[in-house]
Amino acid sequence: MTLVLEPRHANAICRHGEADYPAEACGLIGGTVDGDRKVAVQLVPLANQRTATARKRYFIDPESFRRAQEKLDRDGLDVIGVYHSHPDHPAAPSAFDREHAWPWLSYVIVGIGRGRAAQLKSWTLSDDRAAFAEEPITFEERKIVWQ
Amino acid sequence: MAVTVLIPTPLRGYVGGRDAVQVEATSVGELLERLAGEHAALRTHLFAEDGRLRSFVNVYVNDRDIRHLSQRETPVQPGDTVSIIPSIAGGTAVAADQPRLSHEEILRYSRHLILPDVGIEGQRKLKAARVLLVGAGGLGSPAALYLAAAGVGTIGLVDFDVVDQTNLQRQIIHGTSTVGRPKLESATERIRELNPNVRVETFETRLTSENALDIIRDFAIVADGTDNFPTRYLVNDACVLLGKPNVYGSIFRFEGQASVFYAKEGPCYRCLYAEPPPPGLVPSCAEGGVLGVLPGIIGSIQAMEAIKLILGAGESLIGRLLLFDALKLQFRELKLQKDPDCPVCGTHPTVTELIDYQAFCGIGAEPSYSGAEITAEELEAEWQKNPDLLVIDVRDPHEYQIVHIDGAVLIPLGELPTRLGEFDGHREIVTHCHHGARSLKALEILKGAGFSKVRSLRGGIDAWAVNVDPGMPRY
Repeated sequence: MTLVLEPRHANAICRHGEADYPAEACGLIGGTVDGDRKVAVQLVPLANQRTATARKRYFIDPESFRRAQEKLDRDGLDVIGVYHSHPDHPAAPSAFDREHAWPWLSYVIVGIGRGRAAQLKSWTLSDDRAAFAEEPITFEERKIVWQ
Repeated sequence: MAVTVLIPTPLRGYVGGRDAVQVEATSVGELLERLAGEHAALRTHLFAEDGRLRSFVNVYVNDRDIRHLSQRETPVQPGDTVSIIPSIAGGTAVAADQPRLSHEEILRYSRHLILPDVGIEGQRKLKAARVLLVGAGGLGSPAALYLAAAGVGTIGLVDFDVVDQTNLQRQIIHGTSTVGRPKLESATERIRELNPNVRVETFETRLTSENALDIIRDFAIVADGTDNFPTRYLVNDACVLLGKPNVYGSIFRFEGQASVFYAKEGPCYRCLYAEPPPPGLVPSCAEGGVLGVLPGIIGSIQAMEAIKLILGAGESLIGRLLLFDALKLQFRELKLQKDPDCPVCGTHPTVTELIDYQAFCGIGAEPSYSGAEITAEELEAEWQKNPDLLVIDVRDPHEYQIVHIDGAVLIPLGELPTRLGEFDGHREIVTHCHHGARSLKALEILKGAGFSKVRSLRGGIDAWAVNVDPGMPRY
């Protein structure tokens, strides 16, 4: 599938990663599914719950996930992805990311080098959980249709 | 009527795109089994290899987490709603990227493996770790040995020196058989012998502003075992710029210090010492001496701190300066504050790249002493012709007791300014010390006081022992 992000989403993910540096920042991506496109509509920034080791881990607990999901549901949106930052590491998933990953979701990772956002990439887990594959990102401004 | 199972978005693809399915079951365990039975591709995402529910799969029965109910025994009835709720975890710490341990390693590290704070996972972190030791000397020796023994996978060593007989009193990684050979060779052999699983990466160079970033960049932790201020500031600044922790240790005579400077989480060396001391104020170990066991203690503390950082265990010395006094056998601790005005790690840093640390520490343009120095052979010849020549030994009395040149007058450098009246300004004077540095300071004092015919023995009593009197012991 392809992840469709608006430039403002990518920007917001980078700023969140920079603001929480050197800890990892994380949040959920709400959106809709349109054929083989996951279209991001709204970001839900979350507090990283794994505070003791927040420099190298992030954790979104089920309660936070549930609240976010309910909120998105009211807007007719689903959780289509997760974003997190890798302080001083590349924007590639670690083995730990893979072991804890859900299928189908877009895992957007932004690498933060010395406090500055560098790369932003999206990854999805393979069905057999064996690997993460990079997922194409399309940047589109959402057209607002007045009816 | 069956139980409704709400399927989160990531799993909908495995149940035909639906957001809810109906399952007949009386317990959560049975329900999940049936679900995975009907939709086989779901199984690997819900259950780990050992059959347990994956840690990030949370199951709620009517809004209550089964962890607070009866786990998989939690009963369900027709009409109940069961939700599968993701928790999301991840991060850069790479548990499974870490190398596996061989049978030999499991046996070798068994005393670590049974420690709750280390265990297999911790030992694998150690194996994956890369620690750079700057200096394979007094501090670097015990640090390298303990890190190697502990199973740190890669140890980097920076040194450009050769093993000298005078090193062996404290630099326990080297040995009598390696005197005269490069320290890196000697240290690598010893580490291999101790633990062949350790990879040693050597950098036979002086650490400089030109190469420091490239060398340090590839390591996760730096342990500073340097004996001079320019390199200490260089290591500090490079670590701040690269975001690496710097495990610091220093020793002098009977006292030592240790800390962990990690600008991301606490102060750096410059927050503690913004400016270096004036050159010459703090003698080196070669000038001031050091008790051989002391670097063993401080270097071992550095190894311990590096290992704790790798394991993420305990409380590190970040923000604390440990002071050790061997004679009193006392450890004291000072709390260190991050300095917001620190030129390198403060809020508005002025040092944003590596600078000239020799100049920063006031070393550099060495004053020219051409004509002011005399070699040992020249001194011997002149002294024979002119027995009136005054040779002043400016070393400390306890050095004089080790060995001295017959006929030389002992006036320690510190006493010299107050004892100028003891000698005749018209005599030829030659000052000497151990290696020729303090005698140059003495020369400046004498010249400043009006003595004109003063020279300094180049290479000190050591050169005299080598070139004039081979029967004399060297130290």
